[in-house]
Amino acid sequence: MADLLQVSDADFEKEIVQAGIPAMVDFWAEWCGPCKMVGPTVEALAKEYAGKIKIAKMDVDQNRETPAKFGIRSIPTLIMFKEGKVAQTLIGALPKADIEEALKKLL
Amino acid sequence: MEDLIIIGGGPAGLTAGLYAARSRLKTLLLEKLSPGGQVLMTDWVENYPGFPEGVSGFELMDRMRRQAESFGLNIQSREVVRLHLGPDKKEVTTADGSLEARSLILTMGAMPRKLGIEGEDRLTGKGVSYCATCDGPFYRDREVAVIGGGDTAIEEALYLTRFANLVHVVHRRSELRATKLLQERAFSHEKIAFSWDAVPTRILGGGGVEEIELKNIKSGELSRLRLDGVFVFIGYDPNNSLVKDLLELDDYGFVVTNNDLETSVPGVFAAGDIRAKLLRQISTAVGEGATAAFAAERYVENVT
Repeated sequence: MADLLQVSDADFEKEIVQAGIPAMVDFWAEWCGPCKMVGPTVEALAKEYAGKIKIAKMDVDQNRETPAKFGIRSIPTLIMFKEGKVAQTLIGALPKADIEEALKKLL
Repeated sequence: MEDLIIIGGGPAGLTAGLYAARSRLKTLLLEKLSPGGQVLMTDWVENYPGFPEGVSGFELMDRMRRQAESFGLNIQSREVVRLHLGPDKKEVTTADGSLEARSLILTMGAMPRKLGIEGEDRLTGKGVSYCATCDGPFYRDREVAVIGGGDTAIEEALYLTRFANLVHVVHRRSELRATKLLQERAFSHEKIAFSWDAVPTRILGGGGVEEIELKNIKSGELSRLRLDGVFVFIGYDPNNSLVKDLLELDDYGFVVTNNDLETSVPGVFAAGDIRAKLLRQISTAVGEGATAAFAAERYVENVT
């Protein structure tokens, strides 16, 4: 979890919206068990897609603005961004294949 | 070829893995996510023996995983897509290749049952939730409903009072099924209100949940509650998609086993929430995991 980029309300615009490449943000929190089930998958995908898709996490406990802006009321939620706009939203802990399918659509 | 493949990494699977590893069976545990299972949807476990102060769902499962791995259990993060159950070998197809084993233990568990009403799917993640520990904190100072009257429903209603102003428990009977201790806590809680003999018929809202429509099953009368969240805890459906055409199931789709936890196919065992049985708890799952591993070991020794 330490290696993965953590984004905040303050740098979300710069890191994700203006990333210049597609992005995926894993909205999570310490309290959320299913987030921990999907966490290792997200970290593995971040390595596999390095340079092609920017993969980051946002702690919804520390950051309230961005999750509210995207209407997030359930975690884990994964949002795929293409050219700074929401391309797809995945809700719940999903297997790697399902997440990868959504990532491939961004390329 | 493996001696044993365990499919699913909740309490039943991890305990089966622990016992199998100590028996030196060549064992592989496959889990499509990370190990832990449904316990990870629980904030605090207070009915698992050995933890007098209770234990967090995450910590308990992390300990079970570490304990199994300390005896050499090989856990892999792979999703099983198909099974072929031959008499001598069981073929397990995953998204990234095929595996073979002499025996299988099925511990795929169960998942929360849906209401099956209008608005539920459309508003899932937008106010409709099946996990209070995941989503409860999004409802600070809001009003929510909990659907159901069993242990999970009442435990989660109590948990949600930490955040919500008011929790409406909607139950189709005129009394709760939950453990008496939980009932006492719920009845004396100022933030919990009850709608008895009521079933939800529609969930309404645009971008998120705004209202729920209830029907009183005695009078037939319809009413509405304005609220922000609907948490559904009306029971469980088995994760049986891999085996529904291969094994004997009960009327609800749970896998039928004999006393030694063997299914209708020799060499294939089942343990935990996926099994047809009376009580689905962590404590019952671990006992079954141990029995299934022992039975699988005996099976492997007799066929080879």
